[in-house]
Amino acid sequence: MTNLALETGSEILSLNSDQLNKLREIVEQGLPINSQPYLAIANQLTAMSVTTVSVKQMPSTAVSEQQVIQQISTWQSEGLIRRFGLVVKHRQLGYSANAMIVWNIDDIDIDAIANQLALRSEISLCYRRPRRLPDWPYNLFCMIHGQSTKQVETQIATIVSELGLSHIDKDILFSHKAYKQHGARYQRQVSA
Amino acid sequence: MRTATIESAAEKIYAFSTLEKYLINTLQKGLPICESPFAMIAEQINYQTANNTLNGMPVCNEKLIIETLNNLLQLGILTRFGPMFDAACLGGAFTLAAIDVPHSRFEEVADIVNSFPQVAHNYERSHQLNMWFVIGTESQAEIDYVIDAIESKTGLTVLNVPKLEEFYVGLYFEV
Repeated sequence: MTNLALETGSEILSLNSDQLNKLREIVEQGLPINSQPYLAIANQLTAMSVTTVSVKQMPSTAVSEQQVIQQISTWQSEGLIRRFGLVVKHRQLGYSANAMIVWNIDDIDIDAIANQLALRSEISLCYRRPRRLPDWPYNLFCMIHGQSTKQVETQIATIVSELGLSHIDKDILFSHKAYKQHGARYQRQVSA
Repeated sequence: MRTATIESAAEKIYAFSTLEKYLINTLQKGLPICESPFAMIAEQINYQTANNTLNGMPVCNEKLIIETLNNLLQLGILTRFGPMFDAACLGGAFTLAAIDVPHSRFEEVADIVNSFPQVAHNYERSHQLNMWFVIGTESQAEIDYVIDAIESKTGLTVLNVPKLEEFYVGLYFEV
């Protein structure tokens, strides 16, 4: 395993696989809110590295702030991280209603309609999923978060009218109660 | 004690200041990835105020931004500054599943479904298919295993509707 953190010129060396895993775990917990959060993470990674190897033996295990910044930027540009930002508790911001709108759209029209729906600011997710006939005819799923059931119903009516979708078979599923929020694997903010 | 404080603070209708609203709305979209991101945010606010593209903001500095964000964290309004990962890029398999649960059995079935560590985001919804949840596993085979196990333990059929194509994902909550 190459572990040299020597920085030659402007080139910043990549982290090794062990450091990458640790970095991912650390950023999943959330960035510290202080003056230099990426430096704080770099120091944390360095501290983790020297618990197993003495500094004198392998001084190169030191992780720099620039390495951390570069790695997070790389993850972002590669699409592993969709967005690196503030995660809010939406219910505490007053967004207590959420509806799943499911549509039964002719396969030939689904791309065009889904792309129109995706442009609406009210819609937070828009996925194609398989029909399961005869019980489940719907092949497009959208999610809307709103401050009340009434507000979400109004938003849906507006979307249907403005995009001319009233002829399309759909159903609206409001959530009543969350029975479980986090799972062992799906505990991070991910989009599935 | 701490938990109680956070809950009671969160129950109030919290009146956000102009700065708090700006930070919540702007930083959900992304945080600058540079040495001093909070100093940069303060500079951006002051710059926009000077150019009259932003109104009602106090004169900002790094310390004020950090204090304001830490306060919102303490109040339980913000969860963290962190990444939203692409599930597929992380490896593993995911699906959305639903069950038509008789009302009299809802709690019992919820307990069975939630006993699987692979299950997350289990919601009761207004439909004949009234229980909806996400299954996240290491492999497709494990998804099939979890679905089979839920079906045999509950005696109910699981609808399995994995994502086939993504047109948009952008959870964003404006205040």
